[in-house]
Amino acid sequence: MQTARLRLLEISYEISRSILHRLKPVFRQNRVTSTVFIGIETVTKKPLFNCKMCGQCILHSTGMVCPMNCPKNLRNGPCGGVRQNGNCEIQPTMKCVWVRAWDQSKKMRNHQKDIYTIQKPLDRRLTGTSAWLNDIHSSTR
Amino acid sequence: MPYASNLQKLFDNKDFVITSEVSSPDASTHSTLIERLDHLKHSCDAINATDASGAHCHMSSMAASKIMIDQGIEPILQISCRDRNRIAIQGDVIGAHALGIRNILCLTGDGVETGDHPEAKAVFDLDSITLLQTISHIKNTGTFLSGRKLENQPDLFLGAASNPFAPPFDFRPFRLQKKIEAGCQFIQTQYCFDIPRLKSFMETARDLGLDKQCHILVGVGPLKSAATAEWITKNVPGVVIPDETIGLLRRTPKESQIQEGKKICIDIINQVRSIEGIAGVHIMAYLLDHLVPEIVSESILDKEVKSRKSGN
Ligand code: SF4
Repeated sequence: MQTARLRLLEISYEISRSILHRLKPVFRQNRVTSTVFIGIETVTKKPLFNCKMCGQCILHSTGMVCPMNCPKNLRNGPCGGVRQNGNCEIQPTMKCVWVRAWDQSKKMRNHQKDIYTIQKPLDRRLTGTSAWLNDIHSSTR
Repeated sequence: MPYASNLQKLFDNKDFVITSEVSSPDASTHSTLIERLDHLKHSCDAINATDASGAHCHMSSMAASKIMIDQGIEPILQISCRDRNRIAIQGDVIGAHALGIRNILCLTGDGVETGDHPEAKAVFDLDSITLLQTISHIKNTGTFLSGRKLENQPDLFLGAASNPFAPPFDFRPFRLQKKIEAGCQFIQTQYCFDIPRLKSFMETARDLGLDKQCHILVGVGPLKSAATAEWITKNVPGVVIPDETIGLLRRTPKESQIQEGKKICIDIINQVRSIEGIAGVHIMAYLLDHLVPEIVSESILDKEVKSRKSGN
């Protein structure tokens, strides 16, 4: 069940990304498109991933677990403080984000290896903006 | 090959390296720090200056490193991402170089919640890996992250930490691999009390060839008493002390627990020495600095120190 849900998320990610990239010329970066995109992302990614709207989505590299839920905002793997039961050093009742990310990323079909990629420092200016628009207009790379 | 630091040269000579760390004092004068350093300086090759460890306020690692240099000791400057953003950190890195500091240890840092100012703002603008990347960038290009040019290219030897003893265990070697890709040249592990766990970590590390790309120092240290061991297990994130070790201390009379703690540490060092791919040990004797010379002279490390002295 867990795996099926994960597959579904992975497939939806791949499909939506390819559609968005194809429609790139249609989506100018203006106020209206931004607002619409931010709205769509908020209502989909917030409930699904507890998305923090960092604007630089890397869910496919982290087993579809939002790394911004890590209290240290780590995007490159777990800190050294993870408890023996796999819970977070800072929030003892929460499973460490990276324990989940590692588990789930092993179950992904096409993005299994993405967890090994080094993520660059976050661009804090993009917080609250649409990661999808940023991605198709490549403002993060 | 020119070396950024003497520490780097020792690793390259295939010496079994001994590092230690000093807790920065709660003082605005030199004396306590120098007292602590006096215990360590003849037994170690380089000493970490901790950066507000455990999220507690202490003398800065930069100041402590400079005091070490003045004492003829080679410092390893710890930089944590908890308290400073990329602007402050880059300034510190070149400032440190100007003061003669060549070894930098890049850490994410403990959360503010564990320290004595839990109400503070945690920064975490970078993490240990992007910190390594940032300093490597400065080192390799002679520019800041922004691209702005520096007058010179600093020569630095970069390290990081690794914790083979915290979950997810099978990810730990890969995280080390990422650190190496980001520019890490040596690592110090968290306290090791669990040799089988260390061995399995090293097995994967060797399979990935990590021991050839990076010098691995294993963290060790004496436990003062059974009560300390229990306190650490409960309160220090990421340190795991097996029940058998705590049991062993519990069964020892109170007054000799400290000796037993030292014996356990020596025993671990002796076992670590023979594991393939390990380049040395990092002795952390929190406020037990006076035990470090005994640990070195009563363990297999004694030979290393003596052969190095006769070699020089
Ligand atoms: S334990 Fe996991 S979730 Fe908690 S701070 Fe460390 S990496 Fe982040």
